[in-house]
Amino acid sequence: MTALLEVEGLTTQFPGARGALSIVDGNDLRVERGEVLALVGESGCGKSMTALSLMRLVPKPGRIVAGQVRLEGRDLLELSVTEMRRVRGRRIAMIFQEPMTSLNPVIPVGDQVIEAIRLHESISRSEAKKRCRDLFVEVGIPDPEERLDAYPHQLSGGLKQRVMIAMALSTRPDLLIADEPTTALDVTIQAQIIRLLRDIQRDRGMSILLITHDLGIVNELSDRVAVMYAGRIVETGSRSQIFREPAHPYTRGLLRSNPTLAQPGQRLPEIAGVVPSPEEWGAGCRFATRCGDRFDLCDREVPDLLEIGDHRRTACHAIESGSARGGQS
Amino acid sequence: MLAYLIRRLTYGVGVVFGVLFFLFVLFFTVTSPDDVARKALGERVTPAVVEQWKINHGYDLPLFPAPGAWQENMLFEHYRRMLTFDFGRSDADDTPIADRIRSGMMPSLTLTLPLFVLSLLTAIPLALLVAFFRETYIDRLGVVISVLAMSVSILLYIIGAQYLVGRLLHWFPISGFDSDPQLIVRFLALPLLVGVLAGLGGDVRFYRTVFLEESNTDYVRTARAKGCGEGRIMVRHVFRNSLIPLLTRVILAIPFLFMGSLLLESFFGIPGLGAITVDAIQGNDFSVLRTMVYIGSLLFVFGQIITDLSYGLVDPRVRLE
Repeated sequence: MTALLEVEGLTTQFPGARGALSIVDGNDLRVERGEVLALVGESGCGKSMTALSLMRLVPKPGRIVAGQVRLEGRDLLELSVTEMRRVRGRRIAMIFQEPMTSLNPVIPVGDQVIEAIRLHESISRSEAKKRCRDLFVEVGIPDPEERLDAYPHQLSGGLKQRVMIAMALSTRPDLLIADEPTTALDVTIQAQIIRLLRDIQRDRGMSILLITHDLGIVNELSDRVAVMYAGRIVETGSRSQIFREPAHPYTRGLLRSNPTLAQPGQRLPEIAGVVPSPEEWGAGCRFATRCGDRFDLCDREVPDLLEIGDHRRTACHAIESGSARGGQS
Repeated sequence: MLAYLIRRLTYGVGVVFGVLFFLFVLFFTVTSPDDVARKALGERVTPAVVEQWKINHGYDLPLFPAPGAWQENMLFEHYRRMLTFDFGRSDADDTPIADRIRSGMMPSLTLTLPLFVLSLLTAIPLALLVAFFRETYIDRLGVVISVLAMSVSILLYIIGAQYLVGRLLHWFPISGFDSDPQLIVRFLALPLLVGVLAGLGGDVRFYRTVFLEESNTDYVRTARAKGCGEGRIMVRHVFRNSLIPLLTRVILAIPFLFMGSLLLESFFGIPGLGAITVDAIQGNDFSVLRTMVYIGSLLFVFGQIITDLSYGLVDPRVRLE
């Protein structure tokens, strides 16, 4: 059976000083029904661009140059603009990192949710309003009736993100893309929003593509994890596989440097060096410059994302050739 | 809201008092009443004639207050006359200035009001269209044409239109004015055409920038992500948010409609306030010029207050306190 969303060879380019740069470089992703897939990586690794590419909302002058994004087998990249508009919001909804600026400041929040509903369903305004109020209750907005007429500036960041979630849920989408949904919020509010997303996902059986750099959130919400580094996915697997037996050297470094797993009194290990900028990407593995398992092949060839076990894939020459130190190191 | 209004009006009064002071400095000290009299009478007159002219035109008091006579001076008189709208007579031809303003206002408004509406109705849709096609050849072409259009002097538009439409094609009279409603349309056609065309380039470019700035915001991305079409985004999301910068430019222009258009009126022979002002400058008619600058400053202050009040109407985040 086909997965809800299958992405193959997705490549998104931006023009650079010396030719086009593939910010998203030939990536594959798979989201099953009712599953939460976390796409993890550092800032600037192309996570958000991957998400925007799925929605075909890549800001100009960027553009998708290759690949397929199949929703229930239908390639979204082949759809007309009008057909794609019916997918956005209706089949795939999206929430963003910045709840402060993601809502239109001059339109009451209720009207913005009602607009989302009425764009996709021909129901009366009062029916849409009623559904909006129910959604506000579902996402835990106190005094939903009054909040319908509130303007964004009258709501806190947490409430705004709840409104965004209500808007995303309003047309019962199959997939919710949540791009760093808690990054801009206070820590206490973060926990509430994560709990809300988990409850909603459970109640509705909806799939979520969660984009984050926060391993704590990944651990709490996700079923499977895809790790991204410098435009490419370097490892995928179930949450427990990734957390217990990270294979790729980058994933191992990432987990070691996670403060929540640190030993008290010991210096937190870090990955030496810095992420190369797209202009510095060479012909080989992009992690090679920071990798302890590096050997000559790593500088020459980009490793493919290969199956290394039960639904596990990783892109590493060292693992492929059996020379990696492997496991927890 | 009321407190805000009172505060703004108080500031406004301060500004107007300041403008009046500068007018006094310019028209009474830099150019003394004797200079004004000699300009009106010619150089070859006796001092007695000059004194008589000054008495007739109300310029015969000392300039500044003296001890014990703080009301009998030109400074006090200047403020008193202006603030009570007692504008007196023209320095050049002795006609009452108030009558002139009354007779000039209607011709000015019949030109500037349609000009204002037509300019908005052409510039805003054009700018929305150009912004809609951002980063395409339509957009680039629109910007190039706008810059070209705004770089050409309005004088060229005026003379070009008079020559082409008036002289060669004979569609409309080259200049003139009539109060007969049917004739007015024929007389106003050319100045309106020129006025709209001359302003279009700058307006489209300004509005386009405003619209583009709003098009790159996060809430526009949210609107796209929920399946909004681009047309709907432009009208419902972008335009609504662009109203603040738009209003700043638009509402502030409204009071000046009364003042008429200096160049259009004088070139097309429309006897409005703009033409009166140009005539006053050319004819050294200081009392008329003084009055026009004063009325202009009143309208400006008034326009500012209206603009600020209008922000509260279009942006829920603005509270007038």
